[in-house]
Amino acid sequence: MYKVFKNSLFVAIFSVTRLFAQQHAAEMGANAGQDTLAHSVNIPSGAHSAAEEVHGAGPAVMDANHAEHAAGGHEEAEFKADEAAFHHISDLNVYSIGPWNLPLPCMLYAPNKGWSLFSSSKFGIDNAHHGSGHKAIDGYVLNHGKVMRVKDPNFPQTEVEVGHFSTREEVIDEKGTKKDVSYVEYNGTEYALEHQSTADGGLFGGGITNFYDFSITKNVAGMFLILALLSWLFLSMAKKYKSAPGTAPTGIQKLIEPLIMFIKEEVAIPFIGAKHERFMPLLLSLFFLILALNLFGQIPFLGGTNVTGNLGFTVVLAIIVTLVVNFNGNKHYWQHIFNMPGIPGWVKFLITPIEVLSIFIKPLTLSLRLFANITAGHIVILVFISLIFMFGKSGANPGAAWGASVASVLLALFISAIELLVAFIQAYVFTLLTASYIGAATEEHHAHEAEH
Amino acid sequence: MTGSIAAIGMGLAAIGAGIGVGNIGGKAFEAIARQPEAVGDIRANMILTAALVEGAALIAILMAFLVK
Repeated sequence: MYKVFKNSLFVAIFSVTRLFAQQHAAEMGANAGQDTLAHSVNIPSGAHSAAEEVHGAGPAVMDANHAEHAAGGHEEAEFKADEAAFHHISDLNVYSIGPWNLPLPCMLYAPNKGWSLFSSSKFGIDNAHHGSGHKAIDGYVLNHGKVMRVKDPNFPQTEVEVGHFSTREEVIDEKGTKKDVSYVEYNGTEYALEHQSTADGGLFGGGITNFYDFSITKNVAGMFLILALLSWLFLSMAKKYKSAPGTAPTGIQKLIEPLIMFIKEEVAIPFIGAKHERFMPLLLSLFFLILALNLFGQIPFLGGTNVTGNLGFTVVLAIIVTLVVNFNGNKHYWQHIFNMPGIPGWVKFLITPIEVLSIFIKPLTLSLRLFANITAGHIVILVFISLIFMFGKSGANPGAAWGASVASVLLALFISAIELLVAFIQAYVFTLLTASYIGAATEEHHAHEAEH
Repeated sequence: MTGSIAAIGMGLAAIGAGIGVGNIGGKAFEAIARQPEAVGDIRANMILTAALVEGAALIAILMAFLVK
């Protein structure tokens, strides 16, 4: 009886959501160029939290809002799936949950200007323009949720109203490389915008530009939230263990204690051996942090806080692992790298550079593996949802969109289920390989005799 | 991304993942057939190894994204 009720609730919410979304899309297609701030999909969103099967419908709701604005607010009806996908997994300065935008503090530093600290609500976030602000402050603007800076130093550095944002693909240097350059329109002229400085040398756009963005972005806010949640969870568990030692686990302990014992028995002891107690805090922290962040990124309703899908975060984790492994390496570890025993002299010429490189490559693959798995999963889910809009041609063909939405929501649900498994597996693999590298670094001499 | 040779690279990486994980699965089935009581151990190790192999394939797909 309960099952029938749950299923019918799911079907009802699903149909109502699709109905509202397609109605919106049809309106948007008809009224291209008109701003619409009313979001009638608010009502089903609230009911979604009641039914747990509607994970797939969740991102569809948000994408419905966003893609409609891409269709309606910018006078172009074409839906670009890769833009929508990348927008939903990237780090924004505004925390948008459906139609509500939660402004976050912006802390920006420009070498020629100094610090600028303000809330991103001062940008005047406009829902219809997909999270772009209609004000410029100190030469900074909010373009689709990201803070960018006007390159021209003659731009007024006070608070001014700006107009439309546009992005064009342009040839930027003599080699003919094409990059997307964004422009903001102010008083009739268009000013070029630049991204924040990033440490990846321009791989994902960025490089060293005119300003550094230290603000509390969506991902940082998500990290703080998970930090508070995990701290509360483990501190309260520790208190329970201290106050009543030796009793059977109750409540959340029943979930966490087997995981802790699993990491200790299956990961730490087989790989690190006797000295595993020293490294258990690191392994447990890595495992639970990565697991919690992966799972948090999978929740479709909370604005898509995709922390582990950022190369920066995973590289920092890998750097921590590198430091721990190399500072705990004993004599035999370093000897194996620089002067491997048991091989003839001329082979050492080949082996030593490879071993030195592997000091850096092993953590790099750790970070890339986690980043690629999580990002690929998110992109697949987002592309499945985007299929609805591609088939429906952003409102021009509601019938095809209805049909596509059935298949796409089911596919997205299936991939989300796999992603839950992947979240756990990637956390486990990261922890396992960390334990393996630590074990290789702290191995005792007698273990080597068996190898060589 | 259309008309780019990076798409072919991605396809090759997917072939690599398919062959790799297929091998892992096949050998796991053979091992289970040889010793059915070790199903738990074999399944856990199979999933772990599949994650590592898929990691390599996904890194290749990621690099294809970057090269464009």
